[in-house]
Amino acid sequence: MKLWRWIWLLVTLGVLANGFRVAMFVVPPDAQQGDVGRIFYYHVPSWAGMGLFFAINLVCSLVYLGVRNRNHELAMKADSLAVTSAEMGVVFCLIGLVTGSLWGRAVWGIWWTWDARLTSTLVLWLIYVAYLLLRRFAAGPQMRTLAAVMAIFGYLDVPLVYMSTRWWRTQHPAPVFGGAPGNGVAPSMMPAIWWNLAGWLMWGIFVASLRYVAEYRTQRAEQQEALKALDMEHVIEAGR
Amino acid sequence: MKAAYFLTHLAKDLRLEWRSKDAINSMLFFALLVVVLFSLAFDPTRAVSRQIAGGILCVATMFAAVSALNQAWARELRNQVLDALRMTPAPGASLFLGKALANFLFVTVVELVLAPVFVVFYNLQVIGNGWLLLLVLPLGTWALIVNGVFFAALSMRTRNRELLLPLILFPIFIPALLGMVMSASAILTGESDPVLWIKMLAAYDVIFTTACMMMFEVILHAE
Repeated sequence: MKLWRWIWLLVTLGVLANGFRVAMFVVPPDAQQGDVGRIFYYHVPSWAGMGLFFAINLVCSLVYLGVRNRNHELAMKADSLAVTSAEMGVVFCLIGLVTGSLWGRAVWGIWWTWDARLTSTLVLWLIYVAYLLLRRFAAGPQMRTLAAVMAIFGYLDVPLVYMSTRWWRTQHPAPVFGGAPGNGVAPSMMPAIWWNLAGWLMWGIFVASLRYVAEYRTQRAEQQEALKALDMEHVIEAGR
Repeated sequence: MKAAYFLTHLAKDLRLEWRSKDAINSMLFFALLVVVLFSLAFDPTRAVSRQIAGGILCVATMFAAVSALNQAWARELRNQVLDALRMTPAPGASLFLGKALANFLFVTVVELVLAPVFVVFYNLQVIGNGWLLLLVLPLGTWALIVNGVFFAALSMRTRNRELLLPLILFPIFIPALLGMVMSASAILTGESDPVLWIKMLAAYDVIFTTACMMMFEVILHAE
């Protein structure tokens, strides 16, 4: 690992440790839910991470489709970042679903309910798992094009899923940030949110950078292998 | 896109189906089996059946359509027909539109045959505006077919393509399925207003038809 990555890791661990301290011991317990409400500080960063990584996935897929025939190097980078961000987004989404489920059990008394937000995030998770499955099943460079198209379709589907499940039914509280008046977060709770948000996003970026490098090197090695095979063919042709 | 091209593709697909009748026969029998299995598994009473019938009809059509969609492009792979199609000067979007329209007609025929069977098996009596079903069924079917034909083309050259198609189609199709089921049950029970859901279905159709037409060229020439 390069030096800057070690530094990034150390800073991330420090921020996460401080985030844990602030969330657990510094900020006051929730007015209605008591200490159970502290899971909020882990629930929200996972959604932020999911939003960030799925957005990166969309941008990279668009870039890939745009440059795949002109700039091979950039296309390979975009595709590596797309698969990395889809994987990270799926992980963050899963963490969000699990923490939400634990929280729901404590506060609502049920593990799961077919509410608008829960359903739409579950569907989102399913779409991106399907995206990753497609990447596994398809082979060769055409797979990258197909996957990029699939990513765009998945992203197009998100608002529709959200609107449809919203009309269907709703139990989850209205958006905490930018929601109805009187539904915000008390200023005393904000430090815990900021620390954990920063910490988990930094952690996500750290893991993603490792995964990205691994994926990029694999793709480059495959490409060099293919080029070498082509060269061999030329040599054999020349020998004849 | 010239109209003549997609009409040529459509005519070719219809002629193929007319001579073999593979897709329609297998879909019909499959959907019939699903309907029978559901009514045996749940044994619905009259009131309950009215609430769940819309959903069962949609799910039965969905499974049946997937079994046929898997074959929609496979028949082009034989004798390298697809490669020939890729070399023709016709735009990819017209090939897609012809294929989608043909499959839409097949599934519609299946639905029309199945609907009376359904009414008999489930003792249905429509309470709401029955004629709205004539709007809901084509909209929902088109939503299924337009994405299904697209993703069938997408998964055509992958390993396990028959397995992959439902895996990537169903998550994307969920909002349309919800719209179809909710509007169908709203019409059958007459308890709520289906207009909102019909609008959503229409929006879904417009968005995904546009996206499919724009992206199909990329899929067709993916190398």
